[in-house]
Amino acid sequence: MPLKAVILIGGPQKGTRFRPLSFEVPKPLFPVAGVPMVQHHIEACAKVPGLKEILLMGFYQPNEALSRFLVSAQQEFKIPIRYLQEYAALGTGGGIYHFRDQILAGGAEAFFVLNADVCSEFPLQEMLEFRQQHGDVHSFVILGTTANRTQALNYGCIVANTDTQEVQHYVEKPSTFVSEIINCGIYLFTPAIFQHIGEVFQRNQQELALEESSNGWQRAEVIRLEQDVFTALAGRGKLYVYKTDGFWSQIKSAGSAIYASRLYLNQYSKSHPERLAQNKPGGPVIRGNVYIHPTASIDSTAVVSAGWGCPRAGRCSGVPRASLSSLSSSPPFLLTAGSQRLHWGGCDSGRWRACARVHRPARCLTPCKQGLPEGVGVNPHPLQGGSSSLHSPLLHSRITPVSSIPLWAGTAQSGAGPGLKEHQATPTPTIPMPRSTVRPFSGMGASHHPSQSWVSLCCVEWP
Amino acid sequence: MSDALEAAMREQEQRLGIRISMSHEKEPLGTAGPLALARDLLAEDGEPFFVLNSDVICEFPFAALASFHRQHGGEGSLVVTRVEEPAKYGVVVCEADTGRICRFVEKPRVFVSNKINAGLYIFNPGILQRIQLRPTSIEKEIFPAMAQDGQLYAMELQGFWMDIGQPKDFLTGMCMYLQALRAQHPEKLHSGPGVVGNVLVDPSAKIGANCVIGPNVTIGAGVVVEDGVRIKRCTVLEGARIRSHSWLESCIVGWSCSVGQWVRMENVTVLGEDVIVNDELYLNGANVLPHKSIAESVPEPRIIM
Repeated sequence: MPLKAVILIGGPQKGTRFRPLSFEVPKPLFPVAGVPMVQHHIEACAKVPGLKEILLMGFYQPNEALSRFLVSAQQEFKIPIRYLQEYAALGTGGGIYHFRDQILAGGAEAFFVLNADVCSEFPLQEMLEFRQQHGDVHSFVILGTTANRTQALNYGCIVANTDTQEVQHYVEKPSTFVSEIINCGIYLFTPAIFQHIGEVFQRNQQELALEESSNGWQRAEVIRLEQDVFTALAGRGKLYVYKTDGFWSQIKSAGSAIYASRLYLNQYSKSHPERLAQNKPGGPVIRGNVYIHPTASIDSTAVVSAGWGCPRAGRCSGVPRASLSSLSSSPPFLLTAGSQRLHWGGCDSGRWRACARVHRPARCLTPCKQGLPEGVGVNPHPLQGGSSSLHSPLLHSRITPVSSIPLWAGTAQSGAGPGLKEHQATPTPTIPMPRSTVRPFSGMGASHHPSQSWVSLCCVEWP
Repeated sequence: MSDALEAAMREQEQRLGIRISMSHEKEPLGTAGPLALARDLLAEDGEPFFVLNSDVICEFPFAALASFHRQHGGEGSLVVTRVEEPAKYGVVVCEADTGRICRFVEKPRVFVSNKINAGLYIFNPGILQRIQLRPTSIEKEIFPAMAQDGQLYAMELQGFWMDIGQPKDFLTGMCMYLQALRAQHPEKLHSGPGVVGNVLVDPSAKIGANCVIGPNVTIGAGVVVEDGVRIKRCTVLEGARIRSHSWLESCIVGWSCSVGQWVRMENVTVLGEDVIVNDELYLNGANVLPHKSIAESVPEPRIIM
């Protein structure tokens, strides 16, 4: 059975919640657990037997980063991958409807549609098997997962028959509780879906023909799969939900990429153990699931850890106990090469705190908190505002651009003497860190002017 | 009030060639009590009768409901409509194949059904034996008992449905109604220069030059719209006057109102009967009681008493 897959990657104005990271790289190419976000999708699709082609669909202008990625992914996964550019933002259903001939070309009997901004185990094979078992090969399948009652309100909510898993009711982001089963943004369709999208298209066209022509931004082609199609299909014996117990998360905000990284890094221990850093004699100490880019270099005294344990949780000034204790199972410490421009810092347990900091030129786009008070603590969401954690006015004035960002890491070196000790990562600019300006912190932002930013590493004693 | 209603009903009787009887509650009897009060009128021929809530709008599938009712042979049938968020309503749980209603659940905390009572019913006269002449809720007291006896069936409504009890919903319901009119009787809709989308204009209304009307506008009898007026998503009731170059969106303009020149009204502004709005004012979500004269702008939604 020839299959295809469509990955909806959106477009430039869509990644606003992902700023500042999306200024530099199209969000779908933002590395999560060391590889571009959509590569996880592609890898999962390539594993499905009979899947002939992968279509990336969105409204990004063709760009070098994307083309380069497509070429390398095709080579790596040995499957044709094309980018289909929508002429405008057409919504989750409008794009696949517009390119339906491309999707069906080659006699595709069914196709997957995956949103790029989710992280998942992608149980595509299971979705196919589920559809076989449910008898009707013409039905459509939504991948669903369980959320709690409050969280569910932020997603598409699905009510299904408990025996047949047929979708009885679908509502997108309701204001009242409807169901704990939420839409994962991963679907299995047959070509018959285009009839249903086509009906919406016709209706939109008729309605818009009656509206003012001045509302040029409204298009009949803009169709939302969730509100326009699923809501109508519910209760009609066409739509089923396959509930997965596997991991799943949205990658909407920059901060959520950290959580997604952790999920993928955990998965690597089974699927790609070779991607995880190992402890080697003479190398840094690795704790937990850590990805280190091959071109990154890490000082042998560094500890790179997946955990965020803090032995003095609650005693660190300015940080409530709750937020610190909740960090213990939080994001993995992740490092990548400088060219990839994403930086997370973390702290390690122990008396010595590992701190990494990003230095930015004065022209940075995110607000910089100048002159932070003593004892600024751990920011649980380094990428959500944490980027401003530490900018001492003194350092600001000393910044000199460097052309490449080296690696940096947080470290805890046991046995170091009391007081303050600093490590400068190589080849960090040789600015001495004045003792008085070193503050412990963790959580770093991404630098959006990478060529003018650098990161230094220091070790300080926790106050 | 009842005189006006009576006069209006006489008019409809003539127009439609049917008999319209009125049954007047001296005290509010709820949603079931009035049926007991009108017992003699309802039971006179032993045939099933329809009961409708007056503040809902839909395509009123009377023929389909009557044949559905005859088919199942139960005592009553009600029309249900699907909603997105059942937790906000009382829902109807029924058997998928027969439509026989099992139970009613008020504001369900877990999903049991997405069908709610649409306020359209047909009953056999036998139902009157269940209702006493006192304030009674048909939804809370009569229906659950009927469902328990297996005498109540639900038919799913096709097409649009809206409870138009509030101004905001009234306007939404109007849009839906006009859209349905477009599909069924497009000739009833107005067309011509400056008319956009679904617009209903009474033949006695006068519309000036260079106006743009629509989409989704209803203009009543004797209304005068002067030159250069822009109206969208509004209902303008009988005898009102909209003076030149005013701009109206999502408003209900009451009977015999006068809206001045260069006025801007929007965001569910509702004018009661005979309200005068002076020139060059801005009304944002104003709710104006009858016979008022408005001399200054209303920048934020509020009630003008």
